[in-house]
This record gives sequence, C-alpha cells and structure tokens, in this order.
Amino acid sequence: MQQPRKAAALISGGLDSLLAARVIQQQGIHVEGINFYTGFCVEGHTHAIRKKDKARPKRNNALWVAEQLGIKLHIIDIIEEYKDIVANPKHGYGANLNPCLDCKVFMVRKAREWVERKGFDFIITGEVIGQRPMSQRKATMPVIAEESGADELLLRPLCAKNLPPTLPEREGWVDRERLYGFEGRSRKPQMALAAELGFEDYAQPAGGCCFLTDAQYSHKLADLWRARGDRRYELDDIMLLKVGRHLRPRPHFKLIVGREDGENKFLQGYRKQYTNLVTISHNGPLVLVDGDVNDDDLLLAARLTARFSQGRDSDRVDVQVNMRKGDSKTLQVAPMAGDAIPKDWYL
Amino acid sequence: MTQHQLDARRMLCPLPVIRTQQKVEALTTGDTLAVVCTDPGALHDIPAWCRVNGHEVLGIQEQDDEIIISIRVGEE
Repeated sequence: MQQPRKAAALISGGLDSLLAARVIQQQGIHVEGINFYTGFCVEGHTHAIRKKDKARPKRNNALWVAEQLGIKLHIIDIIEEYKDIVANPKHGYGANLNPCLDCKVFMVRKAREWVERKGFDFIITGEVIGQRPMSQRKATMPVIAEESGADELLLRPLCAKNLPPTLPEREGWVDRERLYGFEGRSRKPQMALAAELGFEDYAQPAGGCCFLTDAQYSHKLADLWRARGDRRYELDDIMLLKVGRHLRPRPHFKLIVGREDGENKFLQGYRKQYTNLVTISHNGPLVLVDGDVNDDDLLLAARLTARFSQGRDSDRVDVQVNMRKGDSKTLQVAPMAGDAIPKDWYL
Repeated sequence: MTQHQLDARRMLCPLPVIRTQQKVEALTTGDTLAVVCTDPGALHDIPAWCRVNGHEVLGIQEQDDEIIISIRVGEE
C-alpha cells in the first residue's frame, strides 16, 4: 500500500491553524505540527508568574490543539535566530515592534528546512487572505512563499481557492475542491467551519499570540534598545519586560519593581545578575536595577523602592542594597512622594 | 535502558518542554528521564507533550518549589 503523503502544519495554538490541519487530515494526509518559540510568545510565561493568574488555565494552546487533532507536535526554539528578525525586519514593523511579515517568512523557511530534513511533502498554514493587516494580505501571500523558499510546497487550506493551485493540489495529493476560499477579517467562516468539524472549545487570543503586537511591551523594548545604543537583547531581557513595573529615572539605568508576591518570587531568580533593592523595615517589593549606577543613583533607587513598599507613608524606610558584585549595604531613606515621580519615568 | 536527568529549573514554559524534547531526541525507547523544573506550567505542558508524542509519564513529584516529572521514552 502506498504511504500517505505527509504535511507539516504550522500550529500557533489558535483556531485557524487548527482548522487548516484538520481539513488536510480529512484528505488522508499524515499531518505533524510545528510550533515555533521566539521568546515573545504570550503562551506559557506570564500565567506562571503573577499570583492573581495562578487560577487561570495553564494549558499550552499549541499542545492542546495537537491533542485535539491527534498529531505529534514539534516545538522549535528559534530564540537566537529570531533576534535578527526583530532587530532588522526587511519588511518593517506593524503598529508596534511586530515584524509580522518577516516573522512569517522566517517561520515558513524554518518549516521548509524541517520538511526537507524529515522527508515530508509539503507545508500548511492557517493563513487567510485579509485576516491580518500586515502579514496576511493578497499581496503578501506570494512574498511569503517565495522568500521562504517554500514556493509551491506552501498550501493554505483555508484560502487556497483564492490562490493559484500549489503542487499538492496539482499533483492530486489534495483535492482543491475540498479546500476553502475564506477572505477578510471576519471570523465567522472559521467559526462556522469549527462548528462543522466539531470543535467547540478553542483559543481566541485578543491581539494575537505575540508580545511584540502589544504597544506597552514594544515601548519597553524600544526603551531597552535606546538605553543600550543598539538593537540587541538576551532572553532574560525580554522575559523581564513581561514582569513588574518598569521605571527609568535616568537614561543609564532603570528599575524593575515587583508588583506582587508572584512577581517578587520570579525576580528573585535574577538577584545574582542584577544589583537589587529590598525594604527591610517594611514589607515591600524586590527591585532590580538594570544599568550601572553610582551612589546618587542608588539613593534615588532606594527612595523609589520605599515608595512602592508598605512604608510609603513613613518618614524613614530601611532599604537593603545588594550589589551585583556581592557586597551589600543598608540605606535609610525618605520614600519618594507619589506625585514627585515624573510620569515619563514609567515605561 | 538508562536513567537520565534534566535540569529545567527557573525556565518558563515552554522552555522546559523544548529542553525535554531535545533531550528525548538523543535517548532511546525505554530510557527514563527525570525533568526537574520550577514553572508550574510544566505540570500541564510536559504531560501534554508526552501524550501527543507517544511518551509515558511515570510520575510527578512536587517538593517545596520543585517539580520532578519522570517520563519513559516511547517509540519513535
């Protein structure tokens, strides 16, 4: 008996990639999922940090989708390679620091390399023409196919009827008539198809699944790049941008202030890498200092730390300063008044 | 069949899953792997990853802030 054709499906964890994979599975194709981890994925992180989010479901949507489909899922770490996509997107950014078109090209290219290595026949995505203003437009569909090198091996089952036939369709591996012609921003066709295919529970993330589409997050990343003088970051940097209150009192340093127990606990893991402050006379947050600081800076940082502690209305708060190099000291400071903190210090 | 251990402490999901996947790729069917992690998200994600990829969860231990998930590598 002839082996079934094999397709790799890009699985984000959202509805469209779930539907695209199921539509192709129904045509007797063996499907396995690929999910890319950039470091900016909303999936996974923040729910584990903030105490108030502890009760929220902790499922990884891509894994959940794979279970619904009954397919294997390969999660691929692209953190390092992705840095250049974020810093130097050939096609530019969207509304924030989201390089959506370059991102899609990159992911499809990685998928192409994967299918070549694993002996799969083609790639499928949940893309729909007109669904997203930057990366999912009629004009960008061929750009993604060409620049990724996937060309005719890239099949979009949900909008295939609005695009020229791809190799899997022309070769008869897939019946084009049983694919779809979705177009536009409406989610109704996908929701109707989900109901038809028996999917009732699926993720509908507001604003996508990437922190780079978030205005406040992008603002903090832009601030980080400005302060460093170039567009670089490490994984810890972008993790920390998701946590705490960020203030930049001076161009050469910023503070990351834990807002509650869960965040303080998470920030404790960084105590050896960053100079940090903690109030000892009152309960208060753990505060990390990002940047090189002098004594005046530390005094200011201590007054701000006191401001965010339970001693904010006291005359004096004792703040322990633990230097990155290992030594520590205690400063007795007057908490800074809330209205004395310029608004533009908050990132 | 050999026993292996993976330190995924302080990593946030999905990194413990990714490191588990990378480690398992280098193991053979029947080997066991104990993944030590601190992100509670791993309690859900690693068993889910095992289910979709055909590996078996042998047990989960929670001790203080650490979680140890023991798995047996399935067939490729």
